[in-house]
This record gives sequence, C-alpha cells and structure tokens, in this order.
Amino acid sequence: MNTNTTVRRSSLRFLSCALLCCALLSTYAFAQTGGELRFCLRSEPKTFDPLLVDDDSSLSIRYLTGGVLARVNRRTQELEPELAESWKISKDGKQITFKLRLGVTFSDGSPFSSEDVAFTMQRLMDPALHSSTGDAFRSGNGAVTTNIIAPDQVSISFAAPIAGLDRLFDQVAIMSAHSPKKEAAVLGPFMVAEYKAGSSVLLRRNPNYWKKDSQGRRLPYLDSIRLDIQPNRDVEMLRFKRGELDLINVLDSDYFDRLAASSPGLTHDAGPSLDSDFMWFNQVASAPIPEYKRVWFRSANFRRAISQAINRDDLSRVVFNGHAQPAIGPVSPANKFWFNSKLKAEPYRPDAALQGLQADGFRLQNGALFDKAGNPVEFSIVTNASSKARERMAVMVQEDLGKLGIKVNVVTLDFPSLIERISQKFNYEAAMLGFRNVDLDPNGQMNIWLSSAEDHAWNPQQKSPETAWETEIDRLMRAQASTADPKKRKESFDRVQEIVAEQTPLIYLVNQNALSAISSGVEGANPGILSPQTFWNAERLTLNATTRASR
Amino acid sequence: MNAARKLACVVVLVVCVVSLAANWLAPAGYAKQFREAPSAPPSHQHWLGTDEVGRDRFSRVLYGTRISLLLAPAAALVSTVLAALVGGLAGYLGGIWLRLARGFTDLFLSLPWLFLLITVRALLPLNVSPLTSVLITFFILGLLGWAASARVLSTSADTLRNSDFVLQARASGLHGPRLFLVHVLPNLKPVLYAQFWISIPVFILSEANLGILGLGVAEPLPSWGSLLRELEGLISFREEPWRLAPLLLLIVVMTSFQLLLSNEEVTA
Amino acid sequence: MSSEKKPSWKIAQSIARKLGAIAALALLGGLLSATFVRLAPGFDADERELDPSLNAESVQALRQARAGEHNILSFYASYLRGAVHGDLGTSHALGQPVQTLLRERWPVTVRVAGIGLLLAWLLASTLAFTACLWRFPAYEILGITVSGAFLCIPAAVLALLSVILNAPGYLAIALIVFPKIYRYSRNLLAKAYALPHITAARARGLGEIRILACHVLPVAGPQMIALAGITVSIALGACIPVEALCGLPGIGQLAWQAALSRDLPLLVNLTVLVTLVTLLANSGADVMIYMLSPREA
Repeated sequence: MNTNTTVRRSSLRFLSCALLCCALLSTYAFAQTGGELRFCLRSEPKTFDPLLVDDDSSLSIRYLTGGVLARVNRRTQELEPELAESWKISKDGKQITFKLRLGVTFSDGSPFSSEDVAFTMQRLMDPALHSSTGDAFRSGNGAVTTNIIAPDQVSISFAAPIAGLDRLFDQVAIMSAHSPKKEAAVLGPFMVAEYKAGSSVLLRRNPNYWKKDSQGRRLPYLDSIRLDIQPNRDVEMLRFKRGELDLINVLDSDYFDRLAASSPGLTHDAGPSLDSDFMWFNQVASAPIPEYKRVWFRSANFRRAISQAINRDDLSRVVFNGHAQPAIGPVSPANKFWFNSKLKAEPYRPDAALQGLQADGFRLQNGALFDKAGNPVEFSIVTNASSKARERMAVMVQEDLGKLGIKVNVVTLDFPSLIERISQKFNYEAAMLGFRNVDLDPNGQMNIWLSSAEDHAWNPQQKSPETAWETEIDRLMRAQASTADPKKRKESFDRVQEIVAEQTPLIYLVNQNALSAISSGVEGANPGILSPQTFWNAERLTLNATTRASR
Repeated sequence: MNAARKLACVVVLVVCVVSLAANWLAPAGYAKQFREAPSAPPSHQHWLGTDEVGRDRFSRVLYGTRISLLLAPAAALVSTVLAALVGGLAGYLGGIWLRLARGFTDLFLSLPWLFLLITVRALLPLNVSPLTSVLITFFILGLLGWAASARVLSTSADTLRNSDFVLQARASGLHGPRLFLVHVLPNLKPVLYAQFWISIPVFILSEANLGILGLGVAEPLPSWGSLLRELEGLISFREEPWRLAPLLLLIVVMTSFQLLLSNEEVTA
Repeated sequence: MSSEKKPSWKIAQSIARKLGAIAALALLGGLLSATFVRLAPGFDADERELDPSLNAESVQALRQARAGEHNILSFYASYLRGAVHGDLGTSHALGQPVQTLLRERWPVTVRVAGIGLLLAWLLASTLAFTACLWRFPAYEILGITVSGAFLCIPAAVLALLSVILNAPGYLAIALIVFPKIYRYSRNLLAKAYALPHITAARARGLGEIRILACHVLPVAGPQMIALAGITVSIALGACIPVEALCGLPGIGQLAWQAALSRDLPLLVNLTVLVTLVTLLANSGADVMIYMLSPREA
C-alpha cells in the first residue's frame, strides 16, 4: 500500500511538474506566436507576380511577402540594408554592386544567392514585360547587364545613369531563379497561403524568414495575416468597430472624427502625407473644345486667377475636417528633402483673381463673367464618382468660382469613361484628380513633367514642347535625372516647382493627412505617412494576449 | 379609411404647395454653403441641419421635392404606358405576337443597361444644363422600366382575350383598338397601377444611382435621390437621426398618394 | 378548343422547340451585352494608364491588351467556339477561368436569392391575403405604409443595415423584393375580390377560405404565377448590391466587379446566365399557367 501511495504521489508530482513546464513553455510559445492580424484590401489584387504589381492591393501583398535588397524605412525615410548587407554605386551612376547576406533561403528552402538577383533583374528589364517597377529603371534606353561576381556579390550595369538608383530597389522583390515553386517561393516575412477570388487572401508566416529580432527570436511575430477584400468603407468601419478587423490602413476623414469621438486612442493622424489633389485645364491643341475656351485655358493669367479664387483653407476644413492642408506644388511639405521651402500655398484672394482676369480682358457684368469676345465664362470639371471627397471639393470650387461670375458644371463619371476622356479623346474642359502613393524621389514624376510623356496631364505627348516654360521644365527634369549629386538635383527640381507655381498647369488643392485606425489589440504599430502606413513593420507587430485568446 | 384619406389629401396638398413655393419658403438657397457649419445638427437657423458641405438640408428637401415629385411620376407614366402597349397589346393579340413580345421582354430584363447609360452620358455634351440632364435621365428610366410589369400584363391580357365578356363584345361587333381600349385595358388597371406606384420610388432612387455615371441631377441641384444617398453613411444614425428626414418625407408622401387613389386601382 | 390529350411526342417536340428558342435568345442576349460593353466609352481604358511610373511603351501595351476584343463579332464567335468545348473564357479582373468562378459562386447566389425570394413571397402574400380577408382600413394603411417604406429605402442602405445588424443577406433581398410583390398581388387580389360573383358567394354564406380558394385564386392565379416568374429576375437584380456590400462571394458580387472593370468575358457569360434563368423562370410560369387554366370549349 505504502509503495503505491508513494508511487502515486511521486507520479503526481512529476505530472504537475510536467504540466507546469508545459504551461511555461506554452506561455513562452504563446509570447512567440502573434496570432492573426486582420485588415481589408480595398480592391481585388490584380496579380501576385511581384514584378508586375501596380495596384494598391497587390502592392500591399508584395510588401508583406517580397524580400528586397534594400528597404526604405517608412518612418525615417532612410534606405536600410535588407537582403543586401551593403552596396556601392559607381561614380557615373551607371552601375551598382551589392554584397548580399549569406545563409538566406526562400520560403520553400531553396538557397538565395546572386543568381536569383540576376534572374530577377533580367526578367524585370525584359522589354516585353510592362511593369511600373521595371519602367522606373528604364529612364535611358539600352540593355541592362548583370554580372555575378560571387554567390554573394552581384553588380548591375545600366546604359545611362539612373537618379536615386539604390532607392529603386525597395520596389524589386527578388524571385527565385531555380525553385520549382516560381513566384510562390518568397523571401519576405509572409507567404500567400490561400486566395479566394473576390473574398480574401490569407498570408502565413514564412518559416524560413532570415530576420531575427534583437533577442535572436525569429521574425515575424504574427502567425498569419488575413486580408479581406472589401471595397465599401462603411462596412470596413463597421467591422473595425466590432473588433473583426485590427486596423484600417487608410482612413477617410469622415470616419476619423466619428471613430475618434467614440474610441479615442485608436485613431492616428500622422500629419500631411505625400498625396495631393489637384485640378487642371485641357490645353491640348487638337481637343474638341470651343476655340475661345482653349484660349482661356492656355493663358497662365487665367489659370493663376482660378487658383487664387479657390479657398483652400475651406477645402481642408470642410471636406477633410481639418485633416488636410492647402497644397503648394508637386511636392508635399512632408517630403522634407525635396520640398522647395521658399514656396507657400496660394492664399485665397478673389479680388486679385478678378483683377488678373480683367487684365486678360474678362469683365464682370450683372454677376456673370464674360471674356473679351463676349462669351460667358462657363466650363465643366470632370472627376471620378467613387471619391466623395473629390465630389465635395468640386462642389466647393463651383461655389468659389461662382462668386467670380464663373459658371462651373460638376460632372462625375465612372473611372474608365474619365480615363478615356482625359488621356485618349481629350473631350473635357477641366478635370480634378489626385496622386496617391507618390514617390519621395521626384524622378518618379518624370512622366508628368516631360512634355513628351503620357502623364503630362494638360497636354500629353507633345512632339516638341509648345511653350517656353515647358521647354525649361523638360531641360530641368532631364538635368536632375542625369546627375547623382543630390544638391544639383535639388536645385533643378526646386526650379521646376517654382515654374509650376508661376504657370499653374496643375492647380494643387490639398495634401491630405495620413489617417489610420489601429485597434488596441495590436502592439508595436507606429503609423507613418509613407505607404503602407500602418503595417510597414508587419514583421514586428503582435497581437496582445486578450485579442489572441478571443480568436 | 375616410379619415385617413382626408389626412392623405391634406398631406399631398401641403407638399405640393410647399414644393411649388420653395423659392419663397426655403430659408436659404439650395446651393448656399454655410462653410462654418458643415454637417451641423438641427438648429433654429437650419431646421434639418446642414449637409457635408454646409448646405441647408431643409431648403434642399424643398427644392428636391419639386424635381422628384414632378419628374418621377412622369417617368413612371412613360414606363406604365410602354408596359401597357407591349404587354397588354401582345397579350390581346395573342399567337406569334405574344410569343415575340414575351421573348423580347425577357431579353430586355436581362441585358446590362448600365453600359447603354454610360454611352448616353458620353453622347451628351459636358455642359448640359441641370434641367436637361435630369429630364433625359428620367426619360431614359421610363424607357427602361417597363419590362417586368409587361410580362405580367401579357398574361393578364392573354387571359382576358379568352374571357366571356370579351368574346361577347367581339360577337356584338366590337373589335380592334376600340375593343382593346374599352374592354381589355381597364381590366389591366390593377397591374398598371401597381407598376406606376412601384416605379416612382424606384426611379427616384435610380436617378441617384445614375449620378455615379454622370447622369441624373447635376450639382448643386438637389433631388430626393441624392438626399437619400446621404443615408449610405449609415453608421452615424443613432447620433444623427435628422438625416432620416428625407426618407420619412418620401414614405409619407408616397403613402398619402396611394391612399388617395387606392380605390381607383381596383374598380374597373 | 377541346381538351384532347396531345400525343407525347408532340409535347416533347414543343418542349424541345421552346428550349431551343430559350437557348437562342440567351445567346442573342450575350451578343447584345457584348455590343453594349464594347460601345460604351472607356472600354480600352485601364486605371494603370494614369500611373506616372509606366513609360510610353507600357501604356501602349495596356491599350492594346484589349485589341482582341475590338471586333465584337469575331470575339463572340471565338467565345461560342470555346463555350462548346466548355471553356467560357478568362476574367480580366480576377485572372481566373470564368467557368471556375461561376461554379464556385452559383450555390451562394441560389441560396441567398432563393431563400430571399421565398421569404419575400411569404411576407407579401401573408400581408396581401390577410388584408383581403380581414378588410380593416387600419390594416390596409399599415400594408401600404410598410411596403412603401421598404420601397423607398435604397437597396444599398438595406444591405448595410443587414451588415450592421448581423442579419443574413437573404433578409435584405426579401425586404427589397417583397414590397413589389405585395403591391402587385394586393391589387390583383383586390380586383378579384371586387368581382360580382364574390359578393354573391358571400351573400350565400360561403366561408372566406372557400371563397379565396375556389373563387378568387383561379381568377388572380395566372397573373400571380406570372408575377412569380418575374420576381426571379428582380431577386437576381437585388443580389448585386446585397452580395457586394455583405461580402457574399456569389454571382452578384461577380457582376458588380465585372461592371466596374468592363470585364467583357465575364459580362457576356453573366448576361447569358441571367437571360437563361429569366427565360426559364418566365417560361416555366407560362407552362404552369397553361396547365392550370381550364380549357373552354
């Protein structure tokens, strides 16, 4: 009897010890695993091929799954080494040599080496592949050669110098040259586990991710990320409030204030972003608009007057509830290095506007404005219907210009019709749109400022520049692209910003603030203004114990 | 029922008078933006508060009533007449006409008219006047909205064609258009009236949805549809119940109209 | 016309003819929708054209991407050729074969639309029949107000409400469709009740249920069945905003996506599908009416 009791007691003790150890281990494991982060994508991801990615949703997925050689830290805006430990750019700006990290493997276990980098670059520079990432490297014509110096050293040579060459590699997710899984083998913290078209994307932790935190623990902390495809903002907001979503990456100002009122501390306003909203007039010579209107739109006086007649403070205050600032030019003040700090936002001066118009021969009669030839000043602004903020801005601009006797018609169109009008048929008079996910480096705006380019909104694809100021801008943009010296580049681009402020081909309206919402269950978040605002450090995000338990 | 009908009569009269006199009754213009008070709650100055751009909601409801009350019934009339013509006539004629009309109606019901509407917008000049834009919109809605009830009407008319009293009328020498108009059409009234009453709110709402394509009422002109679209930011209902005002008004007006004319719908 | 029984092969022949007509009409619908989509402005336009990081060649390539669909007749011919072999084309927007998308999604829509429609009919007929049986003015006003209220609420708002209240999607569909059913059926029933022989039957002391079953329904029946046929089409239409907003992965959500992105292969297939369903529903209703109607000499 006694032996049995002793055995029982000792086995009981052993059992309880074992249980305690398990509990401790599981807590440790519990602290290790971070649960599942949930948020929404606003649209269907168009592709999972990292080299072809262009739309917001696909970009988010690429950010989370792709491994890059160097990463722009979304908070400090500095370029940091990732898969490349260091790199060197040649003096002429045509060649970059990377020293790669050793011992890294893809998510399926295949080794990472300079062959993969060469393979990715070759594929990216294939002229048949039309991708925005690739085109960024193609500022000059000519072939790109890659030279594998060693398994951990590779150099890439371009035919012409490329401005800001190293920062461009933030967009290049390295693909595997040999893995049978092709694009499914990734180097980033997560990998695509499941994709239900129209419904959701599930990303799971990459077990072979190379990065470790300062205590030697493997990243990422999270187990998985679930991305639901939900275009409707009301439903997204509802689900966030209910706790079904952990963050809203880009929050509209309407919802920001409502959420801030009911749950302060969950909303984050990171200040003015790089995004801008603007309007412009159609200056295309062959556009099917009345000739007298074309004369108005081509007059810098007219454009400047319109710009002065718009109350940007009201736009920021009313449409964005104060979560926006009057825009100044092509570069937002949040872009500290490239912004020309000598420039200020156009103040609201309707009297100066009227004077400017009168100098051009316009006159006010019975509350309506007429031009020199007696035509009443009336034009339409087209904008896309899916943006409520832009519709409201257009209505406010309509009222502002109405005070000058100008009749403005606001026409909201679906996006494809709008695109056809502004870039193919040119049958529009004025248009209002915005830039999102703007690059820090002005080289990304090359196709807007070059008069021969597609995105030269007011008069694209000119055979040769039709005005003196466009000739000057062409020269300055080419100058900044051909040198690697940041000071010289800034001089040129500062001058571009000044010309734009004088000539106002694009009338910049507001820079919206970067707004987001993060639930209290998420730890480690540090929202900024560069996209992706909230999950740029997804590998270090965790969910607290309560949230994990509730799932 | 009589008391209800009297009340309905009063409501309809008040709404008609008020909407016609909007110019005098509205405290502010429908376009004036009170920018210091966007999305304001109801107050002495703004009885129903202001919208997101600071325009007085009460004035917008008054002006919007005029447009929607006038044009939506007109469009509903167009679609009802078309339904009567296609469905009723085909049912009355029977045979190959009936089969053709049925096939045509079914096809019509299934096509994606969205793209036709986008094309119509592209064909219109950008600077079309708001009134022209809204007239065209409602006209198109009328042209597109007849198919569902035409189908039901074709069955009704088909049944009627073989009914006793029609055969009797034919026997007594009545035929052709006169027979259709005098004996068949009145018996189609239940469906025609139902079609008419359903179409009005449906068209009011569709006009707002067409705003996405650039058709419909142009800013800053208000319409009930655009006022109802404000409801889509639903989350704030408990905090901003006054935003339901246009919806309640529409329901009250529609109910009153139907109460007034409910007898008409059933008597032959 | 005497009620002879038709020989079975003649019945089979007429069914085959009817089905053939349905198929032909469905294919015509596909062609027409392809034409509409092709002619609408913005067919060639792609959002990515506005991306400043794409160079001129890339933008050109984007515009040429749809070159194969420019000639509608040749596109449709190749679509039909593929369809015969079971290949319904590939969706531009979702990058997947249309057949897979449809196969995955049709059960969801059938469930949502089916249950929604049944609920709508239940609600509407209960309201309509009880209004006819009880004939209280207050009840009449209630019916008009409730159905009017739901007609005036935008479908998007009802869908959002169902998301807020965590209600199933088919409830939103039921609420969208029932006012229309109610309006029609109430009028049809009221008209049938107003006929002189009903008063006579009542005077003779016949019970309300008996009057309803034997005297009212036969009169209003055919039109109610025809109404049932078109409510299928209405329910399918209501599915589009409801599925899109409630996040239900059905055919309605697919249609929404397709319309936004001018996805021609998807739109053509969806139109053919919707036309088929509409035609079958309405023809089915016609057949039922024909079979149930008394043959008169």
